[in-house]
Amino acid sequence: MKLTISLQGESYGFRDLKQLFAAANEERSGDILAGLGAEHAKERIAAKLLLADLTLADIRSHPMLPPEEDEISRVIEEGVDEQGYQRIRHWTVGDLRDQLLSQDAAGVQDISKGLNSEMVAAAAKLMSNLDLIQAAAKCEVITRCNTVLGGRGRLGSRAQPNHPTDDPKGMKASIYEALSYGVGDTVIGINPVIDTTDNILRLFHETMEVIHRWNIPTQNSVLAHVTTQMRAIEKGAPADLIFQSLAGTQSGNDSFGINLRLLEEADQLIQESGTAKGENRWYFETGQGSELSAGAHHGIDQVTLESRCYGLAKRFKPFMLNTVVGFIGPEYLYDSKQVIRAGLEDHFMGKIQGLPMGVDVCYTNHMRADQNDMDNLAVLLAAAGVNFIIGVPMADDCMLNYQSTSFHDIATLRELLRLQPGAEFAAWAESMGILQDGRLTALAGDPTRLM
Amino acid sequence: MPFRDEDRMQELKQATPARIGTGRAGTRPTTRELLKLRYDHAAAVDSVYGSVSTDLLAELGLFMVDSGAVDQELYLRRPDLGRLLPDHSIQQLIQRCIPSPQVQLVVSDGLSAGAIEHNAGDLIPALLDSLQVQGLKAGTPFFVRNGRVGIMNTIGDILHPETIVLLIGERPGLITSHSMSAYLCYRPCAGMTDSDRMVISNIHQGGTPPVEAGAHIGSLIARMLKQKKSGVGLVQ
Repeated sequence: MKLTISLQGESYGFRDLKQLFAAANEERSGDILAGLGAEHAKERIAAKLLLADLTLADIRSHPMLPPEEDEISRVIEEGVDEQGYQRIRHWTVGDLRDQLLSQDAAGVQDISKGLNSEMVAAAAKLMSNLDLIQAAAKCEVITRCNTVLGGRGRLGSRAQPNHPTDDPKGMKASIYEALSYGVGDTVIGINPVIDTTDNILRLFHETMEVIHRWNIPTQNSVLAHVTTQMRAIEKGAPADLIFQSLAGTQSGNDSFGINLRLLEEADQLIQESGTAKGENRWYFETGQGSELSAGAHHGIDQVTLESRCYGLAKRFKPFMLNTVVGFIGPEYLYDSKQVIRAGLEDHFMGKIQGLPMGVDVCYTNHMRADQNDMDNLAVLLAAAGVNFIIGVPMADDCMLNYQSTSFHDIATLRELLRLQPGAEFAAWAESMGILQDGRLTALAGDPTRLM
Repeated sequence: MPFRDEDRMQELKQATPARIGTGRAGTRPTTRELLKLRYDHAAAVDSVYGSVSTDLLAELGLFMVDSGAVDQELYLRRPDLGRLLPDHSIQQLIQRCIPSPQVQLVVSDGLSAGAIEHNAGDLIPALLDSLQVQGLKAGTPFFVRNGRVGIMNTIGDILHPETIVLLIGERPGLITSHSMSAYLCYRPCAGMTDSDRMVISNIHQGGTPPVEAGAHIGSLIARMLKQKKSGVGLVQ
């Protein structure tokens, strides 16, 4: 495995695969904070050149976090299709990039079976932003809960009706506003303020009540800690989906208070006691930087760790996975350039691993970014075929104190790129007079029509 | 844009601070709503990048020291530096502060200078009154520019207070960019984490009013001193 290179008389060397992988990333503050990023632009490209010549077998046989030490590594290793891997093990990472870009959709799907999460991250590091969009656009990932998510010509949306005190009236007001813009087809999912069993039970009931009252083809979710949701479901909470945030290492997941065994228990519970019709019943969230923030990154860069989250998620066949790309703060993703890059990387890495990817196109007020940057990233992701994005009233989340994408943004993207919400929801919205051929009608945007 | 039921729309709007019932221009927000959002974001950004005026520091009797993050750029990128004090700051503390005080008050801009500008002037006198009533002695208060919560440990190892109070600006949202938190700790030192601390967040005129928070902090400190602990172990 070659880790040194001479370019125009200058030599560059890397200690191991971890250091090479980190240096090959596009610049981001999280890698610098971890003391991992390339020192300058030429070193970054030298790392990319070396990475491009490594074979997929080099990557698999030099695990950055050995399966004996980390259960996420074990899950990822078990997820590799051995026959698929044998066919492409001699490819370099450069070959992999070229093949993902030149093959058709079926070809890309074939390749992806033989890849592990680290190989997918390696390919992302060699890709330009438009490469990431082009390759991801080939991956059609379709999942089924009560409704179908994904497919050509669809752009799903989560209605995120958060409220600073979990007030039921306030939450419902936000839901009605979302529905009046044709938003909420992927999920009606609330982030609770108070993570107690009784409160989570109540929120499951209240979200389900709206869904039943208006006969809305969608699913509900309450984004509390998985253990609280489990207790609520055991007490009879009507839950279509079960939710959890994931990290890409075992110790990262420890800091979230979860492990593989707990996820398997929760999986069994939602399969047995969930209210949904379809088999895909998980909602996962991820985001670059969470492992470093928990001191659980093991010297591995945040792009690779994010890809490992997807390797873990895949095991549970989720209905939806959302990377909350700009929430973590400027010490991990400093500005709009870094957030846009990370959003495209995450979407690509997830799609190649067969996940129903959504992106929370978002930023906090201490990042160098504003709503215009979110406009840009949302268009790029919609062009890349993102399965869903997040809908917040005027993009301003009054509970989590950050900005995402608005109901207006979702309606605009659909009109601009000729996309529609999920088919069942689109038909419902037409019957309610909100949408016509996927576009807002004159009556749209009036929540009082849904009372 | 007219709503079918204007009264009902008003009811809905009153139920949440979320920006609903905003109407639209085609698929886009109306001019007024778009600019309102941009103004609120601008105010939040100003709070992050703003600084606390020297006039206010003088008025509150606070001298200023730097954290390890010498400018705001570095502060945002390197949270670790915001928890440290450089040598010159340590020297200043040793020279100017009463050592081992019963209560050490520290103020820091954190992620919102505006939070300090709007709330510290009301909170600090209320806190000092409350301490006096309870017969507790405060040490020499000071201001740390670009501090993080973890700087309480660093200060603890230098001045060895029995208790410490850190007033610090919170990450601003659009509803308010002026929200402040108070972190409290008994015998702060290296290695202490959030579970060893008490926090009162959301201190601003629309949340917990600063005067009320000041009195509350005073009584919490008395309790911490009596039980000789803070954080999850404190009986409240």
